[in-house]
Amino acid sequence: MASVSVRGVSKSFGSTPIIDGISLDICDGEFLTLLGPSGCGKSTLLRIIAGLERQDCGTIEVAGSKVDHLRPKRRDVAMVFQSYALYPHLTVSENMALPLRMRRLSALQRLPVIGALLPNTHSVSAEIKTEVARAAKALGIDHLLARKPGQLSGGQRQRVAVGRAMVRHPAVFLMDEPLSNLDAKLRVQMRGEIKELHRRIGVTFVYVTHDQTEAMTMSDRIAVMLDGQLAQVASPQQIYTSPADRRVAELIGAPKINLLEATPRGEGLLAVAGSTLALDSKLDGGNNITLGIRPESLQFAERAGLNTLTGRLRYVEHVGADLFAHVDVPGSSEPLVARLPVELASSLQSDQSVHLRVRREQALLFSADGRRLSEGDDQFTQLRSCAG
Amino acid sequence: MTLHMKILAGVVRHIILLTTGSLVLAPFIWMVSLSLKPPAELFSSSFTLLPEHWFAVENYTKALTAAPLPRFMLNGVIVCAAILLLQIIICAPAAYALAKIRFAGREVIFGMVLIGLLIPHQVLALPLLILCYWLGILNTYAALIFPFVVSPFGIFLLRQFFTSIPDDIIHAARLDGLSELSIVWRIMLPMSLPAVIAFSIVSVVSHWNDLFWPLLVVQTQDFMPPSLGIVTFANAEAGNDYGPLMAGATLVVAPLVICFFAAQRWFIDGLTAGSVK
Amino acid sequence: MTSEQSATVDRQLRIDTGSAETLAGYALIGPALVLILVLFILPTGAVLAIAATDWHLGAKTLSFIGAANFTSLLADPAFRAALFNTAAYSLMVVPSTLVLGLSLALLIESGKTLRAFYRAIHFLPFMTSLAAMAIVWEMLLHPTIGLVNQVFAAVGLPTANWLRGESTVLPILAVIGTWQSLGLALVLFLAGLKAIPQDLYDAADIDGADGVLDRLRLVTLPSLAPVSLFVLIVVTLRAFAAFDIIQVLTRGGPGDASVMLLYALYRESFEYFRTGYGAAIAVVFLVIVIALATLQARVVNSRASHP
Repeated sequence: MASVSVRGVSKSFGSTPIIDGISLDICDGEFLTLLGPSGCGKSTLLRIIAGLERQDCGTIEVAGSKVDHLRPKRRDVAMVFQSYALYPHLTVSENMALPLRMRRLSALQRLPVIGALLPNTHSVSAEIKTEVARAAKALGIDHLLARKPGQLSGGQRQRVAVGRAMVRHPAVFLMDEPLSNLDAKLRVQMRGEIKELHRRIGVTFVYVTHDQTEAMTMSDRIAVMLDGQLAQVASPQQIYTSPADRRVAELIGAPKINLLEATPRGEGLLAVAGSTLALDSKLDGGNNITLGIRPESLQFAERAGLNTLTGRLRYVEHVGADLFAHVDVPGSSEPLVARLPVELASSLQSDQSVHLRVRREQALLFSADGRRLSEGDDQFTQLRSCAG
Repeated sequence: MTLHMKILAGVVRHIILLTTGSLVLAPFIWMVSLSLKPPAELFSSSFTLLPEHWFAVENYTKALTAAPLPRFMLNGVIVCAAILLLQIIICAPAAYALAKIRFAGREVIFGMVLIGLLIPHQVLALPLLILCYWLGILNTYAALIFPFVVSPFGIFLLRQFFTSIPDDIIHAARLDGLSELSIVWRIMLPMSLPAVIAFSIVSVVSHWNDLFWPLLVVQTQDFMPPSLGIVTFANAEAGNDYGPLMAGATLVVAPLVICFFAAQRWFIDGLTAGSVK
Repeated sequence: MTSEQSATVDRQLRIDTGSAETLAGYALIGPALVLILVLFILPTGAVLAIAATDWHLGAKTLSFIGAANFTSLLADPAFRAALFNTAAYSLMVVPSTLVLGLSLALLIESGKTLRAFYRAIHFLPFMTSLAAMAIVWEMLLHPTIGLVNQVFAAVGLPTANWLRGESTVLPILAVIGTWQSLGLALVLFLAGLKAIPQDLYDAADIDGADGVLDRLRLVTLPSLAPVSLFVLIVVTLRAFAAFDIIQVLTRGGPGDASVMLLYALYRESFEYFRTGYGAAIAVVFLVIVIALATLQARVVNSRASHP
């Protein structure tokens, strides 16, 4: 078990910067997710931690000591790849045994015939076999040990890849989009299994994904990466309710957060979409800002009033328990999306005028350059280091 | 690996590859070298790459005049061009029919194409020779061209490509009023340009270089393609006149080598695909 | 779109009804079909038929002799020599082409510089006229003025009249055959190496198999196994079809020391005019080729189903 520290790491491919001065502390035993759109540098950062890629500057520490000079096998990390990267010509048990064989047997002992004749080979091999069997049993793949990867389903391959990482008892688990090749149903199931695995073995997990649901459901903390930089590092709940900037707010949440141009009128008043909202914030008049409202922060209102926005209903989407009302409001080309109880369906007709009340304590304000403007500013910075 | 070891490994790699590369190229280098030298220098015991006395003009002039080398080259161009043109005209519609049109017997016909793909040409040489004799085309361009006008490999390769073109494009073309034949020429072939190029390279290279079939059906120099021509040249009067002989060989080899270096990627991809047949 | 319109469109899409489509199909494939019948299928039948006769090219009469040609082939020392030589030649060409092709491919791929250049120069012999280059090889191997003997003499190695010696002729032809096929094997191996996913090497790094030999044994060679089998068959087929170098360089000599299958076929059919006998050799050759090609098809299929 070990903490991982990333200190001032940068990396460019040619003249294209991929990672731009990232610092991040991952606590011992923590499940940390690197979340971001494709191309944001999250996989590269993971590969730098693994030692598969070399950073241009900065250092990586595992358990408090620098590992920059160490090759991947000496870093005490294991990795699960997006493609699983199982050796196609080896059986499941051989795949899982390989990292142990490479560590515990000498080059001579690994030779096919000669190796068997050397002292110790047999006992070490037997020991490895037991450990592989134990790991396989824990993952429910003990009946597959004799098969080759080509004969396995996607979910089974995924488990084998996890098993190969697990047998070594590494200090850190690195996972690079391990679920993205699975179908939706299996993904949900494996999400639970990986989380359960983390809870059981309690080592540090660094998990890369572009899927916000995976990040939200599995992580202790999420590190949101955008354009090679960390936009925010915080718990899933904080990332959602208190995003550090506009891009993070847009990245998390489905349907996406509603963003409206707004003009402060002073005394906590805000002109937005033809209405005036009264918010508690101490805003100076003048500069235009952006108001972010999540769909569930809008309530249906019978008539216009304080803190309501008025618009024309474009259409309604039913998603079971709830419905999403798409409402055109003045001054915005995109319709506002409100999550409303399904009982309202009968009273909503296309093209009718609707009033939506904003839950003002959940409204998010962003400055023109995208930074968050509100009371809880301090909590983002504080969460960059381990909470303990 | 330390930096020093990396540099060392790189140097070793280049040394080995340059050595094997020059061994592989040695016949070409020697061919060109001899084609530049006067007879006296050929027999000198010390080998030099470049001649002391340049004799290139004399050797190449003799190669071009003593034997009808320009004629061989022209024959090669005529035969290769005619074969390729006819192959595409005949194979493309067939490949289109096999890929995109449903009709009774399609599988059987495709089976025959595969059989044709499998049979080495030399096995069929005897009946084909008799056929050419019956047709009275022995010792003409026709004998060199006729047996190759349909290429099972061409049909096979184009069919593979045509199959991957979406049906919707064909449907759209039919709605636009194109006939089936114009769909082949104006839609399928342009969309399959890589396959057409690969096939063209395989076809031209193999017929420019073919010795077996021309040896059987052509007796007079008037119709000999380059490979047979240069072999005949070597066996005839020039047999011991090495300078002009090497100049002739250089001229026979040069056109394809030049094309190869101009379009290396296409040649390598095309000929590797061709090796499957 | 109304149903009437869509019906019209449907008809146009399907070029009217089934019979019209069938007709179009036959019209398009007709010329090719006739030519395949005339140039491939019927001649194959003819070879099989002629192989069962005692026909001499040009003779007015022939009689059916069943399998007699094949039994006399087996007894014919010249044919047995041809079979033996072809096998011996292939046994020299195929392993050396594979080993050299694979080693050079690994070496080229191990660095980043000049890859295309090295690939090109090693590939060059594969696409040049072997007949023309055979003439150059004859010069290289010339007993007195040939470069080979000059170099061998200079460094103190034994010289020989390579193409005229019974024991040297096959090995030297195998050298030329390897020289020609090497580029093909190299390029196929390079393509195979490119297809190995980088993830496998990364996994090997993390699992601790990061030495050159470990990576080779764990990832590279197993991944290349299907390609290798494929290269093996392609190169074997080429080796069995060797003809140009024999025709130009040795004419099967000295004695029958370098007669191979295709040259025996050529000699019997077109020089000795023992056409029925030649056709029997063609049948033997065909059987060998079909066996190898069937194996090849299996390899290709199994590669397609287990990526």
